Amino acid sequence: MMIQTKKWLVLGVSMTLVAGLLAGCGGKSTPNASEGTETASNANQPHKGKKLTVYLGNLPLGNTLKTMIPEFEKETGMKVEFQSFAEDQLSQKLSIQLTTQASVPDVFMLRPPQEAKLFAKNGWVYPLDELARQDADYDFGDFSESATQANVVDDKLIGIPVLLDQTVVYYRKDLLEKAGIAVPKTLDELEEAIKTLHDPKKEVYGFVARGQRSALVTMVAPFLFSEGADFMQGDKATVNTPEAIKGFGRYANWLKNYGPPGVLNMAFPQAWGIFAQGKAAFFIEFSSSYTNGTDKEKSVVADDIGYAVFPTGAAGSKPVSASTWALSINANAADKDAAWQFIKWATSKKMVGTLQKEGNPGVRDSVWNDPESTSAFPAELVEVTLENSKIGIGHDRPQVISVGEAREIIGDIVVKAMLGEDIQAAADKANKDFQALIDKEKLK
Amino acid sequence: MALKWLDKRLKWVFTLPAVLFVALMMVFPLGYTIRLSFFEWSMSAINPPKWVGLDNYKELLSGERFWHDFGITFYFTFAAVIVQMVLGVLIAVLLNRKGKGKNVAKTIFLMPMVATPIAMGMVWLLIFEPSIGVLNTILKTFGLNPLEWLGSVNQVIPSLIIIDTWQWTPMICLLLLAGLTTLPQDPYESADVDGASAWQKFIYITLPLLRPTILVALMLRMIDALKTFDIIFATTQGGPGSSSETLNIYGYILAFQNFKLGLASSLLVLFFLLVLGMTLGVIWLRKRLEVAS
Repeated sequence: MMIQTKKWLVLGVSMTLVAGLLAGCGGKSTPNASEGTETASNANQPHKGKKLTVYLGNLPLGNTLKTMIPEFEKETGMKVEFQSFAEDQLSQKLSIQLTTQASVPDVFMLRPPQEAKLFAKNGWVYPLDELARQDADYDFGDFSESATQANVVDDKLIGIPVLLDQTVVYYRKDLLEKAGIAVPKTLDELEEAIKTLHDPKKEVYGFVARGQRSALVTMVAPFLFSEGADFMQGDKATVNTPEAIKGFGRYANWLKNYGPPGVLNMAFPQAWGIFAQGKAAFFIEFSSSYTNGTDKEKSVVADDIGYAVFPTGAAGSKPVSASTWALSINANAADKDAAWQFIKWATSKKMVGTLQKEGNPGVRDSVWNDPESTSAFPAELVEVTLENSKIGIGHDRPQVISVGEAREIIGDIVVKAMLGEDIQAAADKANKDFQALIDKEKLK
Repeated sequence: MALKWLDKRLKWVFTLPAVLFVALMMVFPLGYTIRLSFFEWSMSAINPPKWVGLDNYKELLSGERFWHDFGITFYFTFAAVIVQMVLGVLIAVLLNRKGKGKNVAKTIFLMPMVATPIAMGMVWLLIFEPSIGVLNTILKTFGLNPLEWLGSVNQVIPSLIIIDTWQWTPMICLLLLAGLTTLPQDPYESADVDGASAWQKFIYITLPLLRPTILVALMLRMIDALKTFDIIFATTQGGPGSSSETLNIYGYILAFQNFKLGLASSLLVLFFLLVLGMTLGVIWLRKRLEVAS
C-alpha cells in the first residue's frame, strides 16, 4: 500500500512538472478584439465590449492620453489596455512582436522618420488611407502637410502623426539683455553671440546641443538645410559637399569651442539638464520638450527662456518641422475598424486641442490658430511654431530604410570634427559608407 | 503496467524537466543563433531570411569596427579584472581578520553587488556629470582640475572601470573570504615560530594556498566582465563616438537599432567562441598550476 501511494505520488509530481513546463512554453492566450461581439447591439457603439491593446512611447503625450481613456471607453464601450515603453524599448518590443505576426498590440506608436520605411517594408503596418479619408468629420486635410509626409511610404499612409517636432533656438533672455545683444537673425550673428556669452570660468557655456553620435543627427539637420545641403539627393549621398561640411563644421565647432565639458556624451536629456541648470546661453533642441525648461521643478531659468526661429544661413532659415511620432495599426490586428476608432478619437480635432493644452504640440493646423489650445505655450513659442510650420523642412534625418545605421555614419562626421580630426576626410569616408548603404537598399 | 515502466526509468523521468529546460532555453537559442548567422534578415514578415553563407562573418572580420570593439572589450575586461582582483584579495584578507564590527563592514561592503546595474549606471552618470556632477565638485573643492569622465574619449573606459569595480569587487571578496576560512592554521603557526613577518605570511602562505580560489574568482569575473552590457549601455551607449563600444554593445546596435539580425548573430557566435576560448584558457592554466605545485 505504502509503495503504491509512493508510486502515484511520483507519477503525479512528474506529470505536474512536465505539464507546468509545457504550459510555460505555450503562448498565453491573448485578449482578442472579437471577444464579446454578441453584446454589440447599440448602433452608436458598434465595437462595444471589445478590448484594444495600445503600446505608447514613454513621453508626456502618452501620459496625458492615458488619463483621458475613461472618456473613450465610455463613449465606445470598448476597453483599452495601455503599455508604455522608452523609445528604443518600444522599437524592440514592436519588432519582435510584429515579426511573430502577433495580433497584439492592435494600435501602437511609431517614429515615422526613423521606422516608417522599415515597418512598411516588413509588412507590419496596416494602410490607413481609406479609413482616414472616408470620414468628412475627421478632416484629414487639417493635418500639416510636412508632418504627414513622413507617414507615407510607397503612396500608402501608414500612420497618423500625433506630435509636432520643430527646431527651436532656446536662449537666455537675461544674459542677452545684460550683454546688450539682440536675438541673432543669422547663423553668423548667433556665432558671435555665443562667443561673447561664453564664460566657462563662471560655468556659463556659449552653446549646448546634443553631442552623442546618433542623437545629434536630427539637430545638425537644420544646419545643413540652411546652407543649402541635405543628407542625400535622390539616390546620391551628399554629406561631403562643401555646403554640408560647412553645416557639420559649424555645429561641431560651436560644441567643441563653446560647449560644456563632456558634451560628446550628451543626448537631449543631458543637454536639457545643462540648459535648465542655467549653464548655457544658447541651446538648440526640438520644441516638443520645452516643458523641461519652463517647469520650475526642473529648471532654474524658467522665467528667463526666450525662443527664436532658426537663424538664416546661406540658403535661408530652414528649421525642421516634422512629425516624429505617429499612431499606426498592426497589420495583424483582429479588428482594424475597432483599432481605427481609437486612432480617430486620439487624433480628432477635439483631442489634439485638449492634448495641446497640456503642452503637447499637435499636428493639426486648426489647433495652432485656436488661442485656447495654445494657452499652455509661451506666446513667443507659438509664434515660432507658426513660422516654422511655414518654412520648415519635413524630415530631420536621412530617408532610408536603415535610419539607425545611417545616423551612426553621419553623426560620426561631427564627432570626429569635435575630436579635432580632419572634417573633410571624415565626411568623405562617411559619404562613401552612406552611399554603400543606399546602394545596398536599392537592390532589395 | 505503466507504473512499472515508470518505476524502471525513474531517474530519467525525474531529470526530464531539467533536460527539457536546458534544451529549450539554451541549446535551441544557441542553435538558432548559429543558423541565423548564415542568413540576412531584417525581421521582416514578408521577406524571409536570405541565405548568405559566410558573408556575415567575412563582413565582420574584414571591418574596422569589429576589431576596434574587440580591442575595447579586452582593454575594459583586463583592466577591470586586474584592479578588482588586487582590491578583492586585499579587502578579503582585511575582512578576514578578527575584530569588532567585521560583520557590519562585510554587509555594507557587499551592498553594491545587489544593486541593479542599470539603475546604478544612471546614478553614476549623474556622479560623473562634468558640470553638475558631485565628483567634479569634490575635485574642485580640493583645488584639482575637473575631469570630463564619461564625456571624454580617453577617460571613458577608466570611468566605466570605476563603476564596474565598485559593483563587482565585493563578489570577488565574497568568494575569497569563503576560501580564506578553509585555509589550515598550521602553516601560520609554524611561520610564527620561524619569525615570519605579516607580509611574508601573506606572500608565501596565504596567496599560494588561496590560488585555486583566486583562479575560480578570476574565471567567473572575467567571463562576466567580457559580457558587460548594462552599465555601458546605461551610461554611454558606446560613446563618445565609439570609444566605449564593446562587442556586446555592437551586437545590440546591429540587432536592435540596425535590424541586421544575421550579422548580429554571427557577431554573437564569434563572441561565444571568444568567451569559450578564454574560459578554457583559464581552466588549462589552473590545471597546469596545480600540477606544478
